[in-house]
Amino acid sequence: MSSVTRSTQEVTPTPSLQGRPPRALRRLGDRVFGGLSTGSGITILVILAAVAGFLLIQAIPALTTSPEVLLQQGYGPFWSWILPFAWGTIWSSFWALLMAVPVAIGVALCISHYAPRRLAGTLGYVIDLLAAVPSVVFGLWGSIVLATAVQPLWLWLNTHLGWIPFFSGQVSGTGRTLLTASIVLAVMILPIITALCREIFIQTPILHEEAALALGATRWEMVKMTVLPFARAGIVSSVMLGLGRALGETMAVAMVLSGSREITVKVLTSQNPNTIAAVIAQNFPEAYGLKTSELIAGGLVLFVITLLVNMAARLIVGRYKDLSGAN
Amino acid sequence: MTTLATTRPNPLTAGQLPRGAVWVTLAGCLIVGGVLDTLLLAPFNLGPSLFFGAVLFLPVMYGLSRAVEGRRTAADRTATHLIAGAFVVTLLPLASLVWETLSNGIARFDAQFFTWSMRNVIGDGGGALHAIYGTLIVTGIASIIAVPIGLMCAIYLVEYGRGALSRSITFFVDVMTGIPSIVAGLFAYALMTMLLGPGTINGLSGALALSVLMIPIVVRSTEELLRVVPNELREASYALGVPKWRTIVAVVLPTALSGIVSGVILAVARIIGETAPLMIAAGFTNSINTDPLHNPMMTLPVFVYDQYAHPGVEREFYNERAWTGALTLILLVMALNLIGRVIAKRFAPKSGR
Repeated sequence: MSSVTRSTQEVTPTPSLQGRPPRALRRLGDRVFGGLSTGSGITILVILAAVAGFLLIQAIPALTTSPEVLLQQGYGPFWSWILPFAWGTIWSSFWALLMAVPVAIGVALCISHYAPRRLAGTLGYVIDLLAAVPSVVFGLWGSIVLATAVQPLWLWLNTHLGWIPFFSGQVSGTGRTLLTASIVLAVMILPIITALCREIFIQTPILHEEAALALGATRWEMVKMTVLPFARAGIVSSVMLGLGRALGETMAVAMVLSGSREITVKVLTSQNPNTIAAVIAQNFPEAYGLKTSELIAGGLVLFVITLLVNMAARLIVGRYKDLSGAN
Repeated sequence: MTTLATTRPNPLTAGQLPRGAVWVTLAGCLIVGGVLDTLLLAPFNLGPSLFFGAVLFLPVMYGLSRAVEGRRTAADRTATHLIAGAFVVTLLPLASLVWETLSNGIARFDAQFFTWSMRNVIGDGGGALHAIYGTLIVTGIASIIAVPIGLMCAIYLVEYGRGALSRSITFFVDVMTGIPSIVAGLFAYALMTMLLGPGTINGLSGALALSVLMIPIVVRSTEELLRVVPNELREASYALGVPKWRTIVAVVLPTALSGIVSGVILAVARIIGETAPLMIAAGFTNSINTDPLHNPMMTLPVFVYDQYAHPGVEREFYNERAWTGALTLILLVMALNLIGRVIAKRFAPKSGR
């Protein structure tokens, strides 16, 4: 399965057998082009270091000032201020992933292997359209349209499934709850996961698929035996990318949620923990001095969380890479 | 083995559901769903009815198929239905969003919206000209910064990269993809604060924030496409004595061009709608500002947010403008996508798949 034919990986000038190897030409074009591309690669590292560095410098006042001063001039002691929002960020992203991942994989399969070939392009375009919708439009739609539409559903969930801790509590009258925000997040990350999965599903060696079908497998069995194992690493990495976007997504949450500072697992009440990104967006334009510094420190925390998620993703992908043959 | 074959009916002719069976079952289940909904939840509602019908359809169809066609085909059918269902579920929010944006945004989609700014406008009237200018300028600058760096970085990773540097760049591009947009905005703000004094907010700062977001998108999409270019093409070119950089420019890039273009355009389409970083780095204003170096610059997404979040006394006018701004933004993004597709299709290399 994993033994995909590998052609020669790189072209190294083979030393001449005569013992007098011809000297490789060092062309000017090669040197300039190679230098430019290497420089661009290094630029990436510089930018990332700059992001972390500048944020850290601007955040230092918030991290070093005494809690009493922060209480007077800022939002309060930093860590106790940021903790509820960190929880809100993780909790809303969790629900978004729970809703988005199965659907996204289904849609990707639909486009790559199930839809008629002539229709597949159009369907793919429709999903790309969803990916292209700006986050602020999602926020507008989520807060005005979706929130009112799902409110009865939340009421129903609360009455019938209220014994589950998540759905307990007093249901919000406006429908602008954490779960609503998570739906918007799910809709927003779905096209990203779908697009990446689709790309990888399509790359499944067609011989594998045909071999499975020739052995009498049904279409679903063919997908299970060839497409999904081939794409495993790709699926994991696309899900992680979706998670990264959900964690940092600002506008949808900032516009849908009227967040509070309560750490709770309840997702249907009006007392929902806000997310870090939304707190920054809602307060930054009016902030000054130590408040700005605290918000930037919050951004640094968000940065670190997403950094950890991405590192975890890399480790998982690395473990599966050899098995799937996708890379 | 032989007894099995003789007792079983011929699989080519028997053991299949008739062609229309799926649709008939679906219709039946939807009707039952509607009845259930009316009985259980008093007044008839379309949403719950469809939901009940769909939930009913899956086991009914599975049972039917299993009885007639066997376990494997039944599982296959259920998978197909679930996958088609996933697609329909995805279409619902998209359809709702497009419909609401169109119907709410069309009211103010007039000449005034595209020729006026919001300077001295209270209540009705006004437009988003200042925001449209800002969006074009900021996105343009961001693309000018991000596309060359992203493209060259991808070329480095695929063609030159070897060893620790290449590995770490790949790793950090992944990390950069995960940078939340608002963090990029904070970075640009912090950078400008250090360079030009605290509270410096201008269009260039917004463009810097957007380019931080755009570079990894361009690198990732380009890198993936360059890797797909068959090695045989490169080897053929080297065998003809073509230098490496000419091989990249004349053989590798054209082969992957269609994908690269669509990748870049998708990247532009994604960052053109970014709101949070621009709120922080480029700020709010009601006036036209075409100078990216001084004073805040309004952009279309921030305009939408501003109209929604900071309404005046007569809220409906502000909401109308927000929806029209959203409509404009969607049309802009759709146009970009379409252009990208057309270019991609025209220059696509001929391939078997």
